[in-house]
Amino acid sequence: MEVARANARGTPASLPRGRLSWLEHALDNEQVLGYLLVAPVVLLLLGLVAYPFAISVSMALTDRTIGNPGHFIGLLNIQRLAVDSIYLQTLHNTLIYTAGATVIKLVAGFGLALLINERFRFRQVVRSAVLLPWIVPAALGTLAWLWIFAPSFSVLNWILIHLGVIKTGLPWLVDGNLALFSVILVNAWRGIPFFGITLLAGLQAIPKELYEATSIDGAGKLGRFRYVTLPMMLPILLITLVLSIIWTFSDFQTVYALTGGGPINSTHLLATLSYQVGIASGRLGEGAAISLTMLPALFILVAVQIYYLRKTNST
Amino acid sequence: MPISMKKPAPGLWSPAAARRLDRLLTLYLPLGLVLLFLLSPFYWMLITSLKPDSELYSAAGNPMLVLQPSLEHYAHLLTATEFPTWTRNTMVIAILATAISLLLGVPAGYALARLRFRGAGAVGLAIFATYLVPTSLLFIPMLQVVKTLRLQDNFLSLILIYPTFLTPFCTWLMAGYFKTIPSELEECARIDGANRFGAMWRIAFPLATPGILSAGIFSFTLSWNEFIYALTFVTASSSRTIPVGVLTQLTRADFYFWGPLMAGALLGSVPVALIYSFFVEQYAAGLTAGAVKG
Repeated sequence: MEVARANARGTPASLPRGRLSWLEHALDNEQVLGYLLVAPVVLLLLGLVAYPFAISVSMALTDRTIGNPGHFIGLLNIQRLAVDSIYLQTLHNTLIYTAGATVIKLVAGFGLALLINERFRFRQVVRSAVLLPWIVPAALGTLAWLWIFAPSFSVLNWILIHLGVIKTGLPWLVDGNLALFSVILVNAWRGIPFFGITLLAGLQAIPKELYEATSIDGAGKLGRFRYVTLPMMLPILLITLVLSIIWTFSDFQTVYALTGGGPINSTHLLATLSYQVGIASGRLGEGAAISLTMLPALFILVAVQIYYLRKTNST
Repeated sequence: MPISMKKPAPGLWSPAAARRLDRLLTLYLPLGLVLLFLLSPFYWMLITSLKPDSELYSAAGNPMLVLQPSLEHYAHLLTATEFPTWTRNTMVIAILATAISLLLGVPAGYALARLRFRGAGAVGLAIFATYLVPTSLLFIPMLQVVKTLRLQDNFLSLILIYPTFLTPFCTWLMAGYFKTIPSELEECARIDGANRFGAMWRIAFPLATPGILSAGIFSFTLSWNEFIYALTFVTASSSRTIPVGVLTQLTRADFYFWGPLMAGALLGSVPVALIYSFFVEQYAAGLTAGAVKG
């Protein structure tokens, strides 16, 4: 009886009731221990994420600058942004940047995963080497590309000229459209390994029997890809894709290191514009407003992610 | 799924040769091109850092090779710039921020994976939702927080703030990892008299060491890599981190000191690359943990 009652309360049966200290009771209680263990993280996030976020919203509603607390102006910042040509161009850039880089990363990353999935000598070495652009600090890896694209020293131009493809060097970072292409390329360069390695893990998790079964049923290479590989890869594809889109959309380092947003705002992203306006120019209210306009897109992306994770976890 | 299952052209090649050619075209060639694209920037980074100024800026120079390699840029970097200080700063920040994040994130991950308590779902969701507010959104108000705490231009501010994005990741990764550890061992311990805390501390945590290692390595790398907070909170050049320092201090107006710049970029990547080379499996595990385990 004694033992049964102790078990029902969730305390260890071997210890006699009443001999446990209050603390031991607490540390054994799922509810209390749970709260205790997550409390530090929750407090950290409340104080240093939720609170600054609230500050950001309140700042965006003022005309605050560095040194001047400013006044409440309601949605005036947002209204001004909606008709500001630089902001609109930046929004446009950000969408093209995100879409372009993501497509390249997805296609090249998947291709890379398929290639590394084959059996060949030095496979492990290749797998390790391939991650290098991803693990190297973004700002530093991007510096290499700064040199590759540099006006007078571009090794890329040198190669292309010597191969006879072009006559004079291309203005990689100086021409508006080329510059946007260049930053997209560098972002893709850094992100392809991420797609490659995570999709590789997904590929390796597909049971070989499925391929054999569809082979027996008469499916060719393309059929196997369509009916086995793609469906099995869908979960990991989705998660990797959404994560990557979030990161690409809010990217700062690549553009800051390569062009600073120029030439003439043709490569500005929401993150870099908000830095330039808010910190470099000191217009905190406006800067906060710009960065907050990232929210709708991010919200949708995270909602999709959460919805999808919930669905897969409940099966 | 083997790629090379095409039928060889009849009579022209031997089956073995046709397979080899097929493999060359569909595997080695594309792989080689991708590797070239991914790795050649590092090659150029290396040879530019070893090229003396005289060769670097001469019109006769060949950007593909270095004819008279010299360590002058590395010497300059280590003696005439604040690079050693930046290295120390970045190292201290990364180690401490990682420690804090693990301290907070491992228990929280355990709680979310193992314990049933009201609000667990909400907490998990809240942690995941911090992805909603990337650093490039929070950096402006965060600067105000740092100023209020009188930590501006002090790299301690980074040690305090980095856990805000490291901890959610650690929690998420550890929760996924703990779910893969069978709970029978802890239940045995509890039957033997341990309370839940003891079971967690003495059984689950030691078993989770590989996961903790993964989380730690990944957090260290994320810290080392962080840029926008480091750029915004710290402007005094002696308190800067490597990425910010190398990017901002090694240029004069529009003129780039390419030699030291490349040397700095390389040296600044070495610690992370070293850790990576020793812990490739853990690194890859950390990368895929959230994605595969979900």
